[in-house]
Amino acid sequence: MTAGQARGLGERVVAPFGRRLCQVTRNLPAGGYRIFSALDPAGPEPAAGQFYMLAAESGWGGDQGRPYLARAFSVADAEREGSGVRLDFLVQAVGPGTSRLAELEAGEGLWLHGPLGRPFAAPDRVHDQRRPQTPPPDIAGAILVGGGIGVAPLALWRRRLLSAGIPARVLLGFRDRANSGGLHLFDCSEIRLASEDGHTGHRGYVTDLLAVLLEGDDASSAAVYACGPPAMLEAVRVLCAGRGVACELALEAPMACGFGACFGCAIPRSTIDGRHNNRGRTYMRLCVDGPVVRGDEIETALVPGSGH
Amino acid sequence: MIDFCGIELRHAVINGSGTFDAIAARRAFGDELLREFPFSAFVSKTITPEPRAGNPPPRLWETPSGLINSIGLPNKGLDGFLDHDLPQLTELPVPLIVSVMGTSHEEFVRLVEGVAGRDEVAAIELNVSCPNVKSGLIVGESPEEARSLLERVRPLTGKPLIVKLTPNVADPIPVALAAEAGGADAVSLINTLRATAIDPGSGERWLGGGTGGLSGPAVRAVALAHVGAVSAAISVPLVAMGGISSGRDAAEMVSAGARIVAIGTESFRDPAAGSRIAAELGGEVARISG
Repeated sequence: MTAGQARGLGERVVAPFGRRLCQVTRNLPAGGYRIFSALDPAGPEPAAGQFYMLAAESGWGGDQGRPYLARAFSVADAEREGSGVRLDFLVQAVGPGTSRLAELEAGEGLWLHGPLGRPFAAPDRVHDQRRPQTPPPDIAGAILVGGGIGVAPLALWRRRLLSAGIPARVLLGFRDRANSGGLHLFDCSEIRLASEDGHTGHRGYVTDLLAVLLEGDDASSAAVYACGPPAMLEAVRVLCAGRGVACELALEAPMACGFGACFGCAIPRSTIDGRHNNRGRTYMRLCVDGPVVRGDEIETALVPGSGH
Repeated sequence: MIDFCGIELRHAVINGSGTFDAIAARRAFGDELLREFPFSAFVSKTITPEPRAGNPPPRLWETPSGLINSIGLPNKGLDGFLDHDLPQLTELPVPLIVSVMGTSHEEFVRLVEGVAGRDEVAAIELNVSCPNVKSGLIVGESPEEARSLLERVRPLTGKPLIVKLTPNVADPIPVALAAEAGGADAVSLINTLRATAIDPGSGERWLGGGTGGLSGPAVRAVALAHVGAVSAAISVPLVAMGGISSGRDAAEMVSAGARIVAIGTESFRDPAAGSRIAAELGGEVARISG
């Protein structure tokens, strides 16, 4: 990575206007999930934490009429290949959209628009607005916390951090062996695992590992980045708030468009603003104001309707 | 060029109110949005006199070939719109139509006067899908309410007034006739069909707002019937919308009597759908007339 790219770490990348047809180049099993790649012939390299709206060219809106809308996926890895960009997406078949994407074969067409949304910010820029006096997190202290399918954007973020010379500790949690994909995307030794069934690493939650890390002397200078199921994200948010550690959470909500048009992906903002004023109930659109948000920007990570 | 109520449009495809936020889209797509702007006029999200936060989530539910939304008209209010949004919308390369909704004649008067006084605004769309708090009747479902509202706001401006008609009536013609008699320059239809969804896990209502409106190809046949019926009954131009996702769909609306068409849910699937459908519609018109 060049110095120029390092300076751009964590900055939002603007998408080309409109959707474009890409070709799927592979689809591989990954620990109970699938990981598929598409070659984006024109698009820019996304920032980590950004997402794409995806729809298969065929078999979308078919006899059953679903899936109909495109589905939002954060990008797990992205690399320049020739004149285009290879995009990797981690998918778990849970509904009609994810099932169709999980069965994509090499050579099939994939409609996408993106990269969209607000990415993870560089560690020295993750300030908690409620505590403006807190020194910005030390650049040495990125802690990545991933759960299940939510490990995807953290894989790209870890690579970008390392390219920028910023060390990152990685904590990953999985329910069981059948839901443990994406580990290979990390390819490093600085990684600690947890599983609810104890098949690997610590038996329990990944947030148990985070709680231990946050007891350390250097914890207050860390920036925590998390993506995973809502209950995990809420536990991370509460842990970090209690320890005074800045954190960013990559959330999800039902989303129709991905670019602020439908107002469907609203989640409640924290009612306390940066000046400690109660601003009443307001919402943010996760697609343009997120999907990555600071812990202090929201009331709760338990987003109604997520996980569908 | 197409003439719509005296406004010159480059092509026949605009957006439905509340289905495209040009300010947010510019954040996502940058200035390429302005160069490739997909619509020949831009219709704002509905503004109300005071700011609204909108409905609690979840707000969306996908149906076969459709989408139920329960958004709740979040907006900055009239003053917030005029101060923050209007200057940015003025940078768009197309005429601006502002959608407004009030719950009384007084609120509609305030909105129409506030918006019509701005040179940047080419036309005003009246969203009449909410109750008049005095009568409790939904304006768009009552010919008497629709006519008295139009007669109240018509003298306030010489700019075109478009009335957005609801499909949630047994017969759309009486309200369309009332809007025309009250001085409307055009009608737009259809708004969404009232709909709801059940959470399969809990058996409870899924949407935070309880009920919502259905859009997408699932409603297109209904929209086509309403457009055909209304266009046969009135003489002012129609903006047709409801599930249009191709030039052929748009051409069918034109055949049914529409002057121009609007795209909504299809833009969610493809942000540039308006441009594609406008190009396809040109081909369809050539094919039919050829």
